[in-house]
Amino acid sequence: MQNLSKVIQDTAKKLLEEKKVDLVVGFAQGSLPLRSTPYFARTVDQAANLIWDEYCENNLTNYLRKREEKVAVVAKGCDTRSIVALMKENQIDREKLYIIGVPCQGMIDRKKASKLVGGEILEAEINGEEITLKGNGFEQKAPKAELYYDTCIRCAYGNPVIYDELVGEEVAAKELSFAEVEEFEAKSAEERASFLAQEMEKCIRCYACRNACPTCYCPECFVDTSSPQWISKRAYSAKDNLIFQGVRVFHQLGRCADCGACERACPMGIKLSLLTRKGVKDVKETFGYEAGLNPDDKPVLNDFTPDDPQPFLMKE
Amino acid sequence: MIIKKSEIAGLLDQLAKEYRVYAPVDENGNIAFKAIKEGAEAKLGENSKKPPKEILFPQSEELFNYSVNQEGLRMDSKVDDTKSVAIGLRPCDAKSIMLLDNVFSNDQYQDVYYLARRDNTVIVSLGCNRPSGTCFCTSVNSGPFDTDGSDVLLTDIGEAYLVEAITEQGKELVGKLNLPEADAEAKALAEKAKASATVASEVDLAGLKEKLDGMFTHEYWDKLHEKCIGCAACTYLCPTCHCFDIEDDAKDCEGCRVRNWDACMFPLFTLHGSGHNPRTSGKERFRQRVMHKFNYFVDRYNATACVGCGRCIKNCPVNMDIRQVLAEIKAQDTGSEVG
Repeated sequence: MQNLSKVIQDTAKKLLEEKKVDLVVGFAQGSLPLRSTPYFARTVDQAANLIWDEYCENNLTNYLRKREEKVAVVAKGCDTRSIVALMKENQIDREKLYIIGVPCQGMIDRKKASKLVGGEILEAEINGEEITLKGNGFEQKAPKAELYYDTCIRCAYGNPVIYDELVGEEVAAKELSFAEVEEFEAKSAEERASFLAQEMEKCIRCYACRNACPTCYCPECFVDTSSPQWISKRAYSAKDNLIFQGVRVFHQLGRCADCGACERACPMGIKLSLLTRKGVKDVKETFGYEAGLNPDDKPVLNDFTPDDPQPFLMKE
Repeated sequence: MIIKKSEIAGLLDQLAKEYRVYAPVDENGNIAFKAIKEGAEAKLGENSKKPPKEILFPQSEELFNYSVNQEGLRMDSKVDDTKSVAIGLRPCDAKSIMLLDNVFSNDQYQDVYYLARRDNTVIVSLGCNRPSGTCFCTSVNSGPFDTDGSDVLLTDIGEAYLVEAITEQGKELVGKLNLPEADAEAKALAEKAKASATVASEVDLAGLKEKLDGMFTHEYWDKLHEKCIGCAACTYLCPTCHCFDIEDDAKDCEGCRVRNWDACMFPLFTLHGSGHNPRTSGKERFRQRVMHKFNYFVDRYNATACVGCGRCIKNCPVNMDIRQVLAEIKAQDTGSEVG
């Protein structure tokens, strides 16, 4: 990972020096253990602050919409899928974007790590496949793969789908799994409703999920309009919260790159990726389409082919 | 006086007969201050994800109901003056209530909803034996055993809590509990806990307000906000942020006026009816958040609107760290600009 940081720095320096780009969006050292932070390098000196590690969890595509300048971005598999989705929606001009693709095994989930040690982590160190977590009165080792975000564990697209330059070695292919969605679907309607109510009661309507999502960019969100007011702002209403989340997820159908940024951003720990992944699974089953994989195809809801699975139109 | 930890649940049950009791509880995986039904629900020692300001200033609060019919208008106000005890607040959070008092009770405005709760709530805080790595309370005129804002302060001494009544309200509450006196050993343990509670982070606030006076148009803001995604996690989880919006929920001739937390990080916050928004982008919005806490609030109430609880740092989706922001502001060259 140290080496990858160096490669990214050198790449960024070169791009800036040669004036191929005006800005490199990547990650820098965060201020907390298990945390890297989005970083904007505009000079060669600043490029030296770029890093790459297992804490680069944010989807940086969020920072690329409607950029005037020429930009390079350090992008994982999921970031590149979001880039593709946004290119189709004319939010990103591919001509002005340089993609430094980085294959990704997965990013470490801080909440999982805290839960594992049962206390505040003050220091973390990664050695190969193992992570050591230290805090007041404890030091614990764990395989880092066990601490990856659930979305990363189930992700089959760790390798960037498009790039101008690939740094690091490609990761082994994994099978896409919707196990947790299937488990949810198997529950009774009452059980699902009760689970959703419990999750939605946690929502404080801070909209971190919406704002962390690269494909959630309506100039005016329906929850932000006051005339008419489509939805109450009452945070204690699980029903209103579910309407917000439901509409948010519906807006993502066929566009969501399944990156999990929404769930990572949620300060209240709501299992949002269950909702978004349900949408991803439904689109895959209904139209045979996965968002952000192919820059050349049309957005799924803008397209029709007789080969669509479209089970909703078929009769047995 | 002392309270044995094993007796806390029973004592809270006893208090619950006379008071509504708020305590930290596990709510679907998050610690939150809630009115408890049984003492055993309380998880003292755990700090809440959402700040305890919601006890006095709920995130969503029905101010009054109304209905209109042929006979006229009916309005039912919902002022809540239930006698309450809030237990387990950290001293930083207790201090935040003193700051909120400035806003909800001043020469120009008395908020009846807040004040009814405030006047009827006894604050029993719990000192912080082990401050978190993100805490910086000692830099903002507080500390892990600060008594400012607390009616009673508890100190964890292992098997028990040492109990100190700070105010008259606190003495009255403690007086009802018939607690045993603390012996010399308990007092020594409490002193030891207080002495060994280290707050690792420091923020240098000296001269910050004056610096900000001259920074309104500084180029620093152009870059600062760049990684901020403009959500309200920092604002809603801040114990001192207090902005709100009022909406009417009405159907036909019946309705309810509701006050909800709002956040300066949202574009709608300052959007005018004309469509003009004086805070056009994240730049102006993030500047507002910093300025309100560390400049305007100081101007108005002679206090910084931050208690160093670290929630904004821990919960920011992009690791925007207010400690770094303040250090960077201090390091800026403000030249001769006059704000």
